[in-house]
Amino acid sequence: MDRTQNNYAWLFVLPVLVLVAFSAIIPLMTVVNYSVQDVLDANTRFFVGDEWYREILRDPQLHAALGRQLVFSFSVLAVQIPLGIAIALCMPTRGIWVAVTLVLVALPLLVPWNVVGTIWQLFARSDIGLLGVTLNGLGIEYNYTRGRWAAWLTVLAMDVWHWTSLVVLLCYSGLRAIPDAYYQAARIDGASRWAVFRHVQLPRLTGVLTIAVLLRFMDSFMIYAEPFVLTGGGPGSTTTFLSQFLTTMAVAQFDIGRAAAFSLIYFLIILAISWVFYTVITRSTKI
Amino acid sequence: MATITLENLAHSYLAQPAGEADYALKQLDHVWSDGEAYALLGPSGCGKSTLLNIISGLLVPSQGRILFDDRDVTRADTVARNIAQVFQFPVVYDTMTVRENLAFPLKNRGHKANYIAARVSQIARMIGMEEVLDRRARRLTADAKQKISLGRGMVREDVNAILFDEPLTVIDPHMKWELRTQLKALHQEFGHTMIYVTHDQTEALTFADKVVVMFDGRVVQIGTPDELFERPAHTFVGYFIGSPGMNLFDAEIAGATARIGETSIALDAAYPASGGKVQLGIRPEFCRLGNDGNGLPVRIERVEDVGRHVIVRAQSQAGPLNIIAHEGLRPGPDDTHVVFEPGRINVYVDDWRISPQEENAVPAGGV
Repeated sequence: MDRTQNNYAWLFVLPVLVLVAFSAIIPLMTVVNYSVQDVLDANTRFFVGDEWYREILRDPQLHAALGRQLVFSFSVLAVQIPLGIAIALCMPTRGIWVAVTLVLVALPLLVPWNVVGTIWQLFARSDIGLLGVTLNGLGIEYNYTRGRWAAWLTVLAMDVWHWTSLVVLLCYSGLRAIPDAYYQAARIDGASRWAVFRHVQLPRLTGVLTIAVLLRFMDSFMIYAEPFVLTGGGPGSTTTFLSQFLTTMAVAQFDIGRAAAFSLIYFLIILAISWVFYTVITRSTKI
Repeated sequence: MATITLENLAHSYLAQPAGEADYALKQLDHVWSDGEAYALLGPSGCGKSTLLNIISGLLVPSQGRILFDDRDVTRADTVARNIAQVFQFPVVYDTMTVRENLAFPLKNRGHKANYIAARVSQIARMIGMEEVLDRRARRLTADAKQKISLGRGMVREDVNAILFDEPLTVIDPHMKWELRTQLKALHQEFGHTMIYVTHDQTEALTFADKVVVMFDGRVVQIGTPDELFERPAHTFVGYFIGSPGMNLFDAEIAGATARIGETSIALDAAYPASGGKVQLGIRPEFCRLGNDGNGLPVRIERVEDVGRHVIVRAQSQAGPLNIIAHEGLRPGPDDTHVVFEPGRINVYVDDWRISPQEENAVPAGGV
């Protein structure tokens, strides 16, 4: 092999390296740098080693936020995945209604996060909001600014409203990719509706469901704008999820070292859980 | 098991078919006798699969009725018809083992566990998959998957008919032969009515007692392999069956003599005069090359050696023709004419075969 040629090739990679370094590696390293220092102001800082990490990992407030976050993300999956599959199964497969339903289903995905928060803030208000007034009218005491359950369920409902469509669209495309012969063979074999779902449709959805689970998990794990607009993390800290916890620490308290250490831990948690999901789902389809 | 009767059947995929051209399957009456093996032969898009799906109940015909014995099943669904069907591409249930795949049609119909087990092992032996019964179906080759599909089609004993929709398309050639032989053996053993759709004439001719040839949405001939070879009822049958297909020449006919251009050809019987486009059909197997000046003048263009015999591609004034010459009768450079065996010539008017005049036929208006 000719060494000169190999070195020459680096020149072509250089622009990408510069871009990636500028946009990803250097910012990330800055965070790493902050995470091992105590920053008092722009000119005063001390090296503190892994102190922030040890402190963060022992922080009961963080444990509580992480617990809330996990419960919330798994609830999101538990509701959105089955609901998304069910809606996709009900959608028309031919005719003009295909386009109509696809557009209707896709609409929530086009709404920006903070707008969704604002919509729900108004929609769910117990004095003037349609949902709030209706629920209270039915005799259910509901006020998301005061009730812990009301607040938590409202954030969950909001996320379901906003993101179930993504699961629906993925499943719908997965379902359309199943050749007719499979359904015909199942009819010939006398399979029930449930057997068709269990043995024909679900196995062929594993690919899109893997993507749906990963996307919905990562996204909901990083949820920020909607609960921030709706409840501001309250009442108490009922809807304070990890990213809001982080923002409060970094921006409001200007606790940059702690926030940097926490960011890295946060990043590793998402990476680890996504890896577990991915491995479990892809392995189950291989055996 | 049942006799399957098709009455006035026709199908169009359009909601409002305007003319005959809109029909994928043109009007058809046919009785599929109980326990026979049929092949449905025709080129792609001729309506074979449409017909098959109507019989199995996956498709409701635009017009006409389907009877199983005396029961009208035109609108009955697949389950009520109790039909088995094997598709062109393998359909297996990925999450199940081979055993579960084979048992699935029986399980869905609530058969007893010990009956299912016995039946599955019988079928597994037949398709040669006993060793892999507990493997997941997903990881098998396309060949093996198609064998599972065949097995699932045959696992029920009480079906009215088993339909095969080009089932060996994805199978390796040597395996094709083996599976076809097994299907044939199975048919002899259990006597199910079988309808086998294919566009491969070898497959059709070796599998079936009766071959139904379809062309452009129409059944053009139903017959034994011999009949299709010797007396093709339609020029399409002559062309489609045989390798190479039948030679066709535009001709004029007067009594027992045909004229192709300048050449007179003796027929073995007199044919009635008729309007329309008259053609002579003669299979390459019944053409002889010669150099004594008799017959149709030809120019040999190419000789293909296919082993047991050679195929001579030649050109005549009436168009191209093929001649099959056997070992020992190799064509020579001085072979300039071709003669036809008189008894092997078929006469077609507007693509349909006509019969010779009966020798002792009573003249019209006589006596």
